Amino acid sequence: MTPFDYVRAGSMREAVELRSRSPNAAFLAGGTTLTDLMKGGVEKPSLLVDIRRVPDLDYINVSSGKASLGALTKNSDLATDPALMKAAPMLTQAIAAGASPQIRNMATLGGNLLQRTRCPYFRNQAFACNKRSPGSGCAALTGYDRGHAVLEGSSQCVATHPSDLAVALVALGGEIQAEHISGQRNIPLSEFFRPPGETPWIETSLQRGALIVFVETDLPPEARRSVYLKVRDRASYEFALASAAVGLHQDGSRIIGARIALGGIATRPLRFATAEASLIGRTADEAAFRDAAAIALGEARPGRENGFKVELAKRTLVKALKLASELQQ
Amino acid sequence: MSLGDPIPRRDGPLKVAGRATYAADQHPQGIAYAAPVLSTIASGEVLSIDTRPAMQRAGVLTVLTPDNMPALGQLTDLKGGTLGEPRLPLSDRLVEYDGQLVGLVVAESLELANEAAALVQIVYAPGTPRSEIERSSDRFRPKDFYGIAELQTQRGDVDEALSASPFRLQHSYETSVEHHNPMEPHATTALWEGDRLIVYDSTQGVISTRNVLAHFFGLPAGNVRVICPYVGGGFGSKGYVWPRTILAAAAAKATGRPVKLALSRQATFSNNGHRGRTIQTVSLGADQLGRLIAIRHHTLTQTSLAGVHVEPSGIATGMLYACDNVAVSHEVARVTTGSPTAMRAPGEASGVYALECAMDELAEAIGMDPLELRRRNHAVSDPETGKPFSSKHLLACYERGAQAFGWSRRDPRPRSMTANGMLIGWGMASATYPANMRPSSARVEAEPDGRFVVTAATQDLGTGAYTILAQIAAAALGVPVEKVRCELGDSALPEATLSGGSSTSASVGSAVHEAALKLRTQLSAGGAPMAEAHHEPGELEKQYSAHSFGAHFVEVAVDPELAVIRVRRVVSAMDVGRILNHRTAQSQIRGGVVWGIGMALMERTGFDPATGRLVTRNLADYLVPVNPDVPEIQVILIDEPDPHFGPIGARGMGEIGITGLPAVIANAVWHATGVRVRRLPIVIESILHQL
Amino acid sequence: MTPPDLSRRDLIYLTASGGLLGLGAPGSNAEAESQQAQARPEKRSVELTVNGERREFQIAPSVTLLDALREHLELTGTKKGCDHGQCGSCTVLVGGRRVLACLILAISEHQGEPIETIEGLARDDGVHPLQAAFVAHDALQCGYCTPGQIMSAIGLLREGRPADDDAIREGMAGNICRCGAYEGIVAAIRSISAGGVE
Repeated sequence: MTPFDYVRAGSMREAVELRSRSPNAAFLAGGTTLTDLMKGGVEKPSLLVDIRRVPDLDYINVSSGKASLGALTKNSDLATDPALMKAAPMLTQAIAAGASPQIRNMATLGGNLLQRTRCPYFRNQAFACNKRSPGSGCAALTGYDRGHAVLEGSSQCVATHPSDLAVALVALGGEIQAEHISGQRNIPLSEFFRPPGETPWIETSLQRGALIVFVETDLPPEARRSVYLKVRDRASYEFALASAAVGLHQDGSRIIGARIALGGIATRPLRFATAEASLIGRTADEAAFRDAAAIALGEARPGRENGFKVELAKRTLVKALKLASELQQ
Repeated sequence: MSLGDPIPRRDGPLKVAGRATYAADQHPQGIAYAAPVLSTIASGEVLSIDTRPAMQRAGVLTVLTPDNMPALGQLTDLKGGTLGEPRLPLSDRLVEYDGQLVGLVVAESLELANEAAALVQIVYAPGTPRSEIERSSDRFRPKDFYGIAELQTQRGDVDEALSASPFRLQHSYETSVEHHNPMEPHATTALWEGDRLIVYDSTQGVISTRNVLAHFFGLPAGNVRVICPYVGGGFGSKGYVWPRTILAAAAAKATGRPVKLALSRQATFSNNGHRGRTIQTVSLGADQLGRLIAIRHHTLTQTSLAGVHVEPSGIATGMLYACDNVAVSHEVARVTTGSPTAMRAPGEASGVYALECAMDELAEAIGMDPLELRRRNHAVSDPETGKPFSSKHLLACYERGAQAFGWSRRDPRPRSMTANGMLIGWGMASATYPANMRPSSARVEAEPDGRFVVTAATQDLGTGAYTILAQIAAAALGVPVEKVRCELGDSALPEATLSGGSSTSASVGSAVHEAALKLRTQLSAGGAPMAEAHHEPGELEKQYSAHSFGAHFVEVAVDPELAVIRVRRVVSAMDVGRILNHRTAQSQIRGGVVWGIGMALMERTGFDPATGRLVTRNLADYLVPVNPDVPEIQVILIDEPDPHFGPIGARGMGEIGITGLPAVIANAVWHATGVRVRRLPIVIESILHQL
Repeated sequence: MTPPDLSRRDLIYLTASGGLLGLGAPGSNAEAESQQAQARPEKRSVELTVNGERREFQIAPSVTLLDALREHLELTGTKKGCDHGQCGSCTVLVGGRRVLACLILAISEHQGEPIETIEGLARDDGVHPLQAAFVAHDALQCGYCTPGQIMSAIGLLREGRPADDDAIREGMAGNICRCGAYEGIVAAIRSISAGGVE
């Protein structure tokens, strides 16, 4: 690792103040992404502001219609919280499907949302990567791109966002509260993740130096009848090739509400409002689900080796919707 | 207690306590840490190296580069050992693959060494990489595989026989570059005591490592001691001597300090071998009864620019089935990757895959049960050499495996079986691996307290050597096994062979057996309390063809929507001669099966097409099976001692478990889905669009 | 063939560390790096409670808990398999929870929760029942991943009794065993789970 200085923050306010003093500082929470990337020289902060002991950021409050989740809440606690499991199965299933038990014991909610891509070109310094080294190019465009995005990629970047949790959160909607030296700000989840466009190094709309304080997720009626389905090569401990977070609200067999987000196939966790809308009023059957999947993947533009992910994502979505519709409301 | 008893693994208590010491667990007084500088191009030349930014860091002791690397002995006349990469590290400025060692930083701490390695500035003149065998026109036809097996063979008239065959098929099968990835990354701790070199190395061969180091440092073999009591898996990647071992010794000499060089997982992908990719074309001809008339098996594989190792995929093809007309050939393309090396069942793992897939396709073409097809082609004697088999119970493997699996209930039609919405597929294939025996010595001593100690310069890679060698000695001495312990993994002990080719039981085990018998005679005559024996293949072994055999049966479940394939159960029936310990033997076969699952469904090293560089150089991108990938594996051990192979009649079993297994899975996937996949690994996109 | 936007001339500037020199775009931190080089933070005093024992030592902030255990405290039972959170060999318990020592900075655990490693598992020089079960079920071969497997299993059992073998398998998904001793590992954990130990 490149040498760095280390300080501990005792409070949220102290954390953002400490960070504001150094242009090249980073927050350290679970460390599962940051420590990893520092070892490879991909991240080279000059100062680490350790926020692991900042109080009052580790909580799960589930009430009707909302769940408030502290940014330092561990993934393992989120995945096994009984109220959350009942209120939004897609969310707890998504978290449980991510990484490994050990990593879920370390990783925090805030860090999970900010985790960096698994693109091997991003993680290996000698390759061109606009995310890591803006302006250097994107080696993945001509490279080994089996794991890369088929949606929302640009000429500058086709890296996928690796989070499972974020896919479910995006499907549910809600907002993120962030603390910055200049004050607090709420960011709707729908605006949090940014497509790469011409600036792939800007991944979220979080202000530089801001700290995620909590996530307040919506718990619409669709949340209770929801599923997270993750597809990967090996049975566990692997990032998604494709995943779907879906929820249905039905009146009998008629769909009156739907939530759809997909992971593993786009440059960010992506919600599909048009596909959701296509389901409203329709009978919950395979034909409806297939139509929604066709809409969701309509704009897909695969690269060299990831063409199968278009079809795989469609089938993952259809299967997830089927599983959700088979659940008791 | 007798030979074969399932006594618990002898090294178990130490390992579960975390007290077994591996090469990187050593802490000699005054230790310094080394970190490699790896090339970031796959082909080209180092124009300049600036080590000053690294050297300026307080605590950096030296940076070895081609500019200051001390001269070592010549590459020629390398006796009693083999280099994995037939090229000396830091001996020139050529870069022949991604991740080649181009420098080595030695520093006071591990973190400083790693940090300083990132500060070494290198300017390259890039050349033209070629990582794919199809793109390399630099090709040759190897004559043999280390003198053990011919790689271009022919018997009968294959062309004519094929054209005369009522049933004919020809298909190409591909396997991917694979990396061993033992859990212990390759590591060396080296120190000098005057002109004596002591090396703690993660190796499958303390003697060969000693010999190679003695050669290159110009020392008598007695001045070099290589110690390796425990090794965290090898699977072939620690068989030969790789650059890090030589560099660690050189760095210790240059700094006058003990040096620990533990490679990062990423670095192990470049400098420690891999299984080369293969493209194999198999042609089969058969009559209406399913009897093979002709087999042609051609393999295109790869080696590095300097390399000699090739994946000998065709070596089992001539002996597995009775057939009069067989042609086996190999062609090798040179590519800009690190050197390939032996990887669990080199040749058989890839080659039996292709042959046994083709057999399944032949069974389908003829309309015959795949198991029946194998039975009809059973070879009573070795069809390649004409010699009798030393012992062969393959038919028993078929029968007992099939019975345990319930094979007779298989509906032969593809897509005919389902369970819980999943497509179910049943497949089977034969397994085979040769019995290898190499010269080895061992010593058995009686201690004053009535206990015995077995010593040999072999190593236990997790195979159970500590356990079975004690059992062999106890049986020969006629004492309870509790009274016998082993000391292994030290080149100062009696010379034994490399732990590779499933040879330890037959090689070292035979020497232990003979030494123990000798000691027993001595003791009963009031003689010396110590006996040593040397064993090597004799006249007996020359008269017979010695191979192990087996049959695997596998059930897979395929999600008809998502194309996800999971293995649901495995039955493996194995004829490997005498079983020395039923507990560790089962684990050996299970381990091979798990490797087969990995090879079949996920293992693949990816290269960047533009630069020829590795892109899957970690355990998140290079997938190996995790616990939920592995179902119950029922192992049936035939346990018939081989009367014509060594004094114990055990043929070794480290490798046979993987052979055939990838074919069984491919065959089961066909049975589940109706889709023939002829490339490994079989992943979602292999079948998605055809479901 | 070279990637677009990357000429042959640019390729020459690939450095040993793999640093592809940025083309002057935002985020290039060459300046920050040179500042860091001048003001290299000193070693810090770190105090950890490992296996019930308080240990104090001096290390740079960049030292991971894994390297601190192995190279500074000479507790080498905890193994380094990948150093990137991809294998589970370095699993230890912190505050009773299983975590990966390779992804934790030791300084971040300064005066923190108690750390348990494989060396501290057995009490009174005996053997923990799970260690004995690993031997009995031949849940290991080379033994390198074993300390991590056992510490992970201890964590799993503390999280609650696994419902069935599949729950054990998934609960142990973060620990790779390349020798393929998974069946024995599941059996060993099942035997302890059923016996109600831990």
